[in-house]
Amino acid sequence: MENGKWKMENTGGLPPRVQRASRPFSIFHFPFSIALMLAVVVVLLTCAPTAQAAETGVPQAESGMLEGIFFYVFAIGTLVSGLMICAAKNVVRMAVWLFFVLGSVAMLYFVLGANFLAAIQLIVYAGGTLILLIFGVMLTNKSPWFRLNVDLREYFAAAAVGGVLLVTLVAAILMTWPMTFPPEPNQAPGFTVGELGTSLLTTYLVPFEVVSVLLLVVMIGAAYLARQES
Amino acid sequence: MNRMSVPWTPRDPVKLNPLSAAIAAVAKVIYTILRAILPRSMFRLFTVSFLVFLASLGGIVVLVFATTLLFGFVDHQLIEASTNGPETGFAGAPLTVAEIAAGLEAHGVWCVGLLQYWFWPLQYAIVRDLTIALGIFVFALITPAFAIWWERKSAGRIQSRPGPMRVGNWHGWAQPPADGIKLLSKEDLVPDDADGPLFRIAPYIVYTPVMIAFVALPFGSYWVLRNLDIGLLLILAMLGIEVIGVIVAGWASHSKWAVYGGMREACQMVSYEIPMGMALLIPVMCVGSLSLVEIGNVQAGGWFTWLVFRNPFTFGAALVYFIASLASCKRAPFDLPEGESELVAGFLTEYSGFRWALFFFAEYTAMFVVAGLMVILFLGGWNSPFPASWGAGLGDGVIGRAIKGVIFSGPIWFIAKSYFMIFVQIWIRWTLPRIRIDQVLYACVQVMLPLVMLILLGNTFWELIPSTSLFFRMVGWILGAIGAVLAISFLIVAARGFINRRQEVGYLAIDLAPGG
Amino acid sequence: MLQEMFGQPLEDYLSVGLSHYLVLSAVLFCMGVFVMATKRNAIGVLIGVEMVLNAVNLNLVAFSRYHEHSRLDGQVMALFIIVLAAAGAAVGVAIAMNYFKNHASIDVDRGAELYG
Repeated sequence: MENGKWKMENTGGLPPRVQRASRPFSIFHFPFSIALMLAVVVVLLTCAPTAQAAETGVPQAESGMLEGIFFYVFAIGTLVSGLMICAAKNVVRMAVWLFFVLGSVAMLYFVLGANFLAAIQLIVYAGGTLILLIFGVMLTNKSPWFRLNVDLREYFAAAAVGGVLLVTLVAAILMTWPMTFPPEPNQAPGFTVGELGTSLLTTYLVPFEVVSVLLLVVMIGAAYLARQES
Repeated sequence: MNRMSVPWTPRDPVKLNPLSAAIAAVAKVIYTILRAILPRSMFRLFTVSFLVFLASLGGIVVLVFATTLLFGFVDHQLIEASTNGPETGFAGAPLTVAEIAAGLEAHGVWCVGLLQYWFWPLQYAIVRDLTIALGIFVFALITPAFAIWWERKSAGRIQSRPGPMRVGNWHGWAQPPADGIKLLSKEDLVPDDADGPLFRIAPYIVYTPVMIAFVALPFGSYWVLRNLDIGLLLILAMLGIEVIGVIVAGWASHSKWAVYGGMREACQMVSYEIPMGMALLIPVMCVGSLSLVEIGNVQAGGWFTWLVFRNPFTFGAALVYFIASLASCKRAPFDLPEGESELVAGFLTEYSGFRWALFFFAEYTAMFVVAGLMVILFLGGWNSPFPASWGAGLGDGVIGRAIKGVIFSGPIWFIAKSYFMIFVQIWIRWTLPRIRIDQVLYACVQVMLPLVMLILLGNTFWELIPSTSLFFRMVGWILGAIGAVLAISFLIVAARGFINRRQEVGYLAIDLAPGG
Repeated sequence: MLQEMFGQPLEDYLSVGLSHYLVLSAVLFCMGVFVMATKRNAIGVLIGVEMVLNAVNLNLVAFSRYHEHSRLDGQVMALFIIVLAAAGAAVGVAIAMNYFKNHASIDVDRGAELYG
């Protein structure tokens, strides 16, 4: 070894990965991980309302501006991850970017005050549906670098359709601009998980039962479809 | 004298790199000072490093308690300021420095001129939250280090050997930091065939959710970063996101052991989330809230009010949850994906150095989170076995609160109980053999799932009995008595083992020890 | 109208309103439609479906937050949509695996046996 680099020697056929420059770990790994965790926790802290402060009556700073900043942060996160899903060539990378989309949307739910829904999104979507999708990717994959070669005309057609749809929707939203901006949100979300559960059993009882039966049918159907013919 | 002393080989002088040499020089200075001061008998019992360790532990406890007092003071000042007048301070802050100084002098604190500026940023909730979050992170970083050391010592004792004994000079307590420094200095190796960005990001996808779980995990009645009304669900969500990191890690390594290990791992973790979630529903049903603080507060009446002793169904639910959490943490007997004899190292095969360390930090921190969840939901949380009503006469002063925190309900009990549950996990790992993947899935779907469904059904009907009736409370007392008998017998066996620990080592350590 | 939109002071942009969420959800929806239309991998199409459903959920929850009266309904609907999306993804993945068994590839453009 010379100057910290491996020299190309006649090693009689060693695999190429040995003949690379060896470098120690960057010292930035450790503080980077701490900073990442702190950032995520700060975000969670400011999004989720605190019941303690409400009890002790400590006055809180004006939180509307912070809410706006976090909305923009997570909206940009969602859009960037969505764009990367559109631009990804490899299905596994698409699934990982979908994980970031789901995470950003869950954080947006926290900002909107829908705590229960955010947790359910993370448990069911990120911790269930996404894993199902990734398993599907890996069980039906011929090679990890299988590239999807799409015709350029298809891209343009799809982009045109999507673009027209987008322009229509945004125009419809912006035409009602005075009604929806600036906001008057109900300051505290107000209702608890208990009320949500009660409404599921009273107002929304029929959809609840129907969805339970549907889940049962889906379980049986999926297990049947994916069975091994032995 | 009948103490067996195992002779050690003499240590060769070691060449140290500059950082370690500096630390060694500082330690030598402290050593000479302490040796001059302390009496000889005490100095023979303990060593410098252990004394420093104990002192820092005590210092941390005092610091944490002082911080709670400080934050209480700031809250009080904020309430006063909001009621007194709308005068605003620097940059529109609710509290001015003068008000802080006045409050400090009212409490009789000296050196007010220095402190008033330090206390000013504390009035912002985000500064206080960041301070608490930093403290929790430091704890969450120390916990894996301690758990790794304890695992190696317990594994050693179970295998009739003493475990790490050299590093740090008292039972190898400095082994984990030394291992950490070694891992940091290893080569940053990414396989050529691996998916580079995914390979690098996978450890963080595994580690970050476990740290986020500490936001909702309460250490005491008011010792929680955010008292979320869905705290339990957030922790469940974080434990579920780990699976994605494991799959991505296995996939990105692009080696067949890693991919198989990752898939088996994900399969096992996801399938055991079902009995785990259903078993967690049972204390929620007993208490009626998803908030962990409320579940902990319900169990404040003495050890027989702990939810594990409430009725036979919660007892079964505690056992089911414990076993499912073992599988979710990839601990033995469910550690087939990491089995060294089977799959090299499973999904960790291609990881080395700091990334490997991150995975293991995540595993041990998840062990703490899962053990903490079991403690809060079933084993009384931060409450001691004594009913809290016995301590009502102590009052709310500083001394009263300190005594109540130590004896009746406080973070110390939560941490002690969680570390005991971690010890039970370690104990099971080094006692039971590993089971195959088909046995793992059989146990999940054909044994635990029907069992937990029956327990859920039984508990639903049991909770229809009014909780103030004598029958309900008597069942709690009977089960509590059984639990107390089990606990005391465990303590007696452990004490006997500790007293006779030198005889218990066995012939392997004596005959085959270095120098023996 | 453009003058009204872009002439506001900074605090007004930082105070986020319903239309911000609606525009975000519309963009996410259209990106999902694009993914569904262009990806030939069956699982890629499923990922597009998940994006679309997430956009819809965001829309519903934003309405439930910013509307004075119906606060609970949006979240309950979003909950049902999450459940149904999981069910749909399960069936979709099962079908994709069956397709893979029969065709040894997951390219949806090749599944043309039923073309008349």
